[in-house]
Amino acid sequence: MTLAIAVGFLAAVGTWLVVRGGAVRLILGFILLGHAANLIIISAGGAFRREAPLVDGELLAENAADPLPQAFVLTAIVITFGVTVYLLSLVARTAKQSSKAEDESIGRIEGQAEEEGRSS
Amino acid sequence: MNIDIAFLSTWALPLVFLGPLIAAVITFVLGASAVSRFIGLLVPLGVFAVSIALVIATMDGQVVVSQIAGWPGGVAIAFVGDLFSALMLGVSSLLVFTSMVFSYAAGLGIDRWFVPAVLVMTGGVYGAYVTADLFNLFVMVEVALLPSYILMSRRGTLTALRAARLYLIVNLTASTLFLAGLGAVYGVTGTVNMAALAGLGVLPVVGVATGVVVIALSLKAALVPTHSWLPATYPYTSPAVTALFSGLLTKIGVYALVRIISLVYEPGQLVTVIVVLACVASMVIGVLGALGEGTIRGVLTFHMISQVGYILVGVVLAGAVGLAAVVFYLIHHTIVKTSLFLTGGTVEHEEGTGIIKRLGGLARAHPVASLAFLLAALSLTGIPPFSGFWAKLGVLNAAADAGSVLVFAAALIVSVGTLGSMLKLGSGVFWGTPKGMREEEDEETPSDVTVGPETVGATGVAIDVATAVEAPPVTRWRPLLVIPGLALALISLGIGLYPEWLLALSDTAGQSLSEPTAYVTAVLGGGS
Repeated sequence: MTLAIAVGFLAAVGTWLVVRGGAVRLILGFILLGHAANLIIISAGGAFRREAPLVDGELLAENAADPLPQAFVLTAIVITFGVTVYLLSLVARTAKQSSKAEDESIGRIEGQAEEEGRSS
Repeated sequence: MNIDIAFLSTWALPLVFLGPLIAAVITFVLGASAVSRFIGLLVPLGVFAVSIALVIATMDGQVVVSQIAGWPGGVAIAFVGDLFSALMLGVSSLLVFTSMVFSYAAGLGIDRWFVPAVLVMTGGVYGAYVTADLFNLFVMVEVALLPSYILMSRRGTLTALRAARLYLIVNLTASTLFLAGLGAVYGVTGTVNMAALAGLGVLPVVGVATGVVVIALSLKAALVPTHSWLPATYPYTSPAVTALFSGLLTKIGVYALVRIISLVYEPGQLVTVIVVLACVASMVIGVLGALGEGTIRGVLTFHMISQVGYILVGVVLAGAVGLAAVVFYLIHHTIVKTSLFLTGGTVEHEEGTGIIKRLGGLARAHPVASLAFLLAALSLTGIPPFSGFWAKLGVLNAAADAGSVLVFAAALIVSVGTLGSMLKLGSGVFWGTPKGMREEEDEETPSDVTVGPETVGATGVAIDVATAVEAPPVTRWRPLLVIPGLALALISLGIGLYPEWLLALSDTAGQSLSEPTAYVTAVLGGGS
């Protein structure tokens, strides 16, 4: 139940941040959404089983945690982290470029702003 | 022919994924040299050879399996080569090879990131085609996407950066959704092995959990209603990169949708109705959007959406007949679409713009490119004797088999729309009055639109020459720009003239997709 509430809260706040617009809010929103997805995977393994899944003589099958979702989450965290870092650098790069374009735009052809407006 | 199955399963399947990655490391160390460019051509050829061996080994419906690290079936991550995977590997490596030739001719080869990024991307794509594990599929898709973000933004212009940002955000959303769906699938079934999920879609919980994965994948495949990101991103990178993306990245989504829907769900479930409606909407909306676009690649990108509808509609229609149509259409479409993007890219590189209004009468100046365009456009429309005719016939056949008037009518009517927008491209770009003889309507001086290849935006306006990253010098080695597109168009013509072998292969592939027992026992049975 705690996990379900946490997933719902993270997903709600994440979605809200993403649709609010603005580069920083967007990135924070995606980080929260990623956490929500990770918690869903963790909960898929059954959060009530918390013992280390080690075979010591005989396996404590009832309380041993499922290691597979943890491996999934570990992989997912690394991938999301990498993508987020790239997104950050891309946002920074775009901001730099557009301020530069604004500086140079005085007296330039109007068509450019129009064309660029179409793509965004 | 004698193909060593043990060799294929032990070496070839893992190598189609690992080989390109290893080659990427080597080319990155070597930098932008002739050797690394050569490796960039060699790897797709090697994968093509492997795919031919795989096709021969699997053409009787056999399935080649490699259980990674020798774990028993069901526990191990399995790499599987069945006929569908083998055909996809073949057609993808073919288009990677032709697109690489085009990219080198267009001057992209001097960017030291280009060859390694393409190699990693293709490694991920090939890996996605052979994996039998949903989580592994997620990883493969990410492996393919990360270098695509780099390729998308390498152009460095503001338009390209904005397109790359949107592209990244869309894919991040899809990946997050994919992960959530994976968690749900694992939660309700205890496995993410695709073979173990076979037929489980009839259970409502599994059906819904897999549905989340299906939605995430249709976002990647740009199926309506999750299509609008595609025309806003693909046309704004380099023409060669657009061609690669169209043939590889959206196709992973399509491939995975075909695989998962045909494996997990049973015919007649609610999901089949939803998929049919989404596909018909894709056909119609894509082609209408194409009619309203003003640039070559804009038109072609909207056509991708329409064609994704054509491809996927067979998945849920008429069982094996429909799936055979899917396989044939997917192969035909990949070849023809890449051909059109490459020919369109040739025009953009030669003329410095992709805006249809500023082009015209190129048939005289670029006869070979015009021929390539004509062949590929006729094929896309579905006119005999091209491969598109047989592809559309397959879809119509499946629709008739399933008794679906809606799909039958939509497939026919949308073909007219396809013809219309191809005529628009043809008359606007290749036929008609050359632009020099036409009265100058635009205020821009000609110098605005004739700049080196990489500094010209997809929309034709020179965006910012100073900030373009490493603008490569103008290469005017025309034959290599034109030949890739023409070669693919001729392959489409060849398939259309001699369709029997590919139709037979598609039939077998469709058969084994609709009756996946061989696939399931091979993956779970522990045999290799």
